[in-house]
Amino acid sequence: MESIRKKAKELLEGNVVQVIIGYENGTSNKVRAAFIKDASQVDRLIYDERCVQNLAVYLTKHEVKHSGKMGIVATIPVMRTINMLIAEEQIKPENIVVLGIGEDGKLLEFADLHVMEDYLKKAKIELSAKDKEAIEKIKKMSVQERFEYWSKALETCFKCYACRQACPLCYCTRCAVECNTPQWIPVPASANGNYEWHMLRAMHLSGRCVSCGECGRACPLDIPVHLLTMHMAEESKKMFGVDAGFAMKMDSVLSTYKPDDKEQFIQ
Amino acid sequence: MSDFEPKIVAFVCNWCTYAGADLTGTSRIKYAPNVKIIRFPCTGRIDFMLLMKAFQNGADGIIVSGCHPNDCHYSTGNFHARRRWMTFRELMDYMGVDTERITFSWVSAAEGARWAEIVNTTTEKVRKLGPYTNYQNLVKLGIEEEL
Repeated sequence: MESIRKKAKELLEGNVVQVIIGYENGTSNKVRAAFIKDASQVDRLIYDERCVQNLAVYLTKHEVKHSGKMGIVATIPVMRTINMLIAEEQIKPENIVVLGIGEDGKLLEFADLHVMEDYLKKAKIELSAKDKEAIEKIKKMSVQERFEYWSKALETCFKCYACRQACPLCYCTRCAVECNTPQWIPVPASANGNYEWHMLRAMHLSGRCVSCGECGRACPLDIPVHLLTMHMAEESKKMFGVDAGFAMKMDSVLSTYKPDDKEQFIQ
Repeated sequence: MSDFEPKIVAFVCNWCTYAGADLTGTSRIKYAPNVKIIRFPCTGRIDFMLLMKAFQNGADGIIVSGCHPNDCHYSTGNFHARRRWMTFRELMDYMGVDTERITFSWVSAAEGARWAEIVNTTTEKVRKLGPYTNYQNLVKLGIEEEL
């Protein structure tokens, strides 16, 4: 924690960055995102096990982006998100300074983002045991059971779109659900509309999702929506060898192709 | 269920499969009348959600067909489509949509007989599977019906 504050102070005082995005204490034992613009404020920054939010979501927000060069407290999923946002040309690498947090919770100092790439390539990154188990459980079901599982799970969704807002890679300013000529996804939170919305979201994040699990955490009704995108991330790895967020340059799964993509189902 | 006639919706590309289906007709080959063909400029244009819209509107089975790889009129449309189908089929399967009801195929403009065969086998398969009540019930569950 002290090392983060020290580094943040250094960066702000040296005018290397104009804003530090980190975590601070919120109300009732919760943490929230902090945007520190003044070196005297760095003591607000904290880091502990409650700090799980993917802060990279703010990097593409107009208000933050335009405050200048940004420093960001980044755990491993956040580092992967930063790579992904650079690969998709949403942020410029020269505008980002990463205050990395390693697997052991200690501050990592990266001279530049290439060093971060190397770190990620060496780090052991996989889904949590809980998520892995949940995905395996769904995969073992029959098609009918899976249909029942998801229709039941998505039944309570009232389309607050928190999953979309929390996701750092759902950065479109105009989302398909807000297009109404034609009305692509039904507005009311109906069974079929919910199903279509979550299908659309998972599909749009296929091969892009960095499996940070922020969508599932953001859901006020605890619908395991992250299991959809995480499964698609695993499948993209299997089918196309694309593992999102490990390099600042990568080909997106659905906007590129290989003439020898292998499938067995097309007659 | 003996009098059940499946509704099949076919999303086909303009340059190969649609022309192929045309050839089936001009060759006077008879095939199942259950299929309703929707013509697209290219398979690359077939949005994944259109498949769900077909099920939503009462289709029991779907055929998606276009030019063979390397034969696309726009060079790369079917390659992009292939990736999309690979991904979307996996997602549908994971979410419990019956992928047995969807036939993906390549049919060229010269394969009139093959088109008839694909329509016939798909129709028979879906006839055996019965109406797609799962998805149709999901639609009914919603408030769309009240509106």
